[in-house]
Amino acid sequence: MFRKRYRMGGIALSALGTLVMAGVFTLGAGGASACEECKGKYEVDGKKSGYLYSTPATQAIQDDDFTNPGFLWVERGRQLWAKKEGEANKSCKDCHGEPEKLRGVFPTYPKFDPKTKKLINIEQRINRCRTEQMKAKAWKWESDELLSMTTLVGYVSRGMPVNVKVDGPAKPFFEKGKAFYFQRRGQLDMACKHCHIDFPGQYIRADLLSEGRAGGAFPLYRLKWQKLGSLHRRFRGCNKQVRAKPYKAGSDEYVNLELYVKWRSNGLPVEVPAVRR
Amino acid sequence: MRTAGLVAGGVALALLAQGAAAEVTKVQEKGLKPYEIVDGHTIPKPLTDKPGDPKRGAKLVVTRKKGNCLACHKIQQLNDFPFHGNIGPELTDVASNLTEGEMRLRLVNPKVVNPDTIMPAFYRTEGLHRVMKKFQGKPVLTDQEIEDIIAFLKTLKASQ
Repeated sequence: MFRKRYRMGGIALSALGTLVMAGVFTLGAGGASACEECKGKYEVDGKKSGYLYSTPATQAIQDDDFTNPGFLWVERGRQLWAKKEGEANKSCKDCHGEPEKLRGVFPTYPKFDPKTKKLINIEQRINRCRTEQMKAKAWKWESDELLSMTTLVGYVSRGMPVNVKVDGPAKPFFEKGKAFYFQRRGQLDMACKHCHIDFPGQYIRADLLSEGRAGGAFPLYRLKWQKLGSLHRRFRGCNKQVRAKPYKAGSDEYVNLELYVKWRSNGLPVEVPAVRR
Repeated sequence: MRTAGLVAGGVALALLAQGAAAEVTKVQEKGLKPYEIVDGHTIPKPLTDKPGDPKRGAKLVVTRKKGNCLACHKIQQLNDFPFHGNIGPELTDVASNLTEGEMRLRLVNPKVVNPDTIMPAFYRTEGLHRVMKKFQGKPVLTDQEIEDIIAFLKTLKASQ
C-alpha cells in the first residue's frame, strides 16, 4: 500500500509538482517549512553542500517540507518506529521512546564498532537493533523499510553538523576509504577525486559537479531515481558510470568510503531528507 | 577468459631511433595494435591504414557512449548539440594548437602527457582497476574510431 503511494508520488512529481503537494498533505507530514537551522549553513569553512550546486528549482523542493517527497519516508519511518516486531515483540519505541531522542546519533556514524572490530554505519546499526534487541530479521539494503528508518533517524538530527571521528581505532578504515577515493577505476580510469576535488563547480556535459560532500544529505530523494535512495546506491551509480565493477551496498569498502566522504562533510548540516537532481 | 589476457602484460620498450635523437617508446597492449610514442608527446603514425573519416569522427565526438568529447570540451562547431562541458580545454581551435600526432597521443593515452589527468585513455586495455566485465579487454574506442575522431579534430580551426 505504501509502495503504491510512493510510486504515485514519484510520477506526480515528474508530471505535476502540485499533485505531489496534495499527496504529502494527505499524509500529514510534520514540520512547517524548510530546515531553518540549515539556512546559511550549506557552506561551512569553505566546504559546500551539494545543495549549493543544485538548481533553484531543486532547492525549492527540498526547502518546503510539504513538497519534499523525502517526507513520505520520514512518515513511513515513524510508523515502523512504533511497530512491534520479532521474537522479542519489541518496537524501536519500547527502548528509545520518541525518535527525537536519537537526535545527535546520525551525525557520528560510521564509527568503529568494538564488537566486529571494523566500522559500522547507521543502516547496519539499525539492523543490529533488529536482530539483537528485537530478534527480528535484518532489513534488506535499499528496502523501503531500511530507507525509511534511516531517513527518520537522519531527519531527527537535521541541522546538526556532521561530526564523524577518524582518529583512534577508526583511523585505518578512514585511510582505506581515502585510498578508495583516490584510486582510479573502471574502463574510464577515473577516481572519485578527479570529479569532486579537481573540478567541482564545472560541468560534465549538462551535469554540474559538486564537491561530493554528501555526508549530511543521504538518504536523499533523487529526481533521476524518482525515489529516495542511500549513499551506497549513489556510490554504485558513480562506479558504474566510470565502467567499474561496483561493490555491494553495505560492503566494508563502501562503509570505509562513507567514513571518508562524511569526514569531508564534517561541519556541514544534516539535511536529511535532501533533494537532488 | 578475457581476464587471462590482462595477466600477460604490455610490452613497453624505450629505445633510441637510429640516427635521430628522438626517443621512441613502443607500446603493445593486449588485443590492441602496437604504436610508437615519439619524444613522449606524439604518435605520428596513424593506427590504421584506412584514412579517418571526419564525418564519422564528428558523430563519435558527440555520442555519449563513444567519444563523448563534449562531456568535457566545448566545440563551437558543434553548437547544434546541447550541453558542452567545460572541465577540459576548448577544442574549437585545436587544429591550430596541436599536430595530428599530438592529438593521437592525447586520445590514445593522455596520462603520458599528464599523469594526473581526469581524461580517459581511449585506447588502452591494461593497467586498469576493476573494469566492469562487459568492458574488460576492450578499449573505449577502436583504432579506426580514434582515426575518425582525429580526422574531425583536424578540421577544427577558429574562424577569423
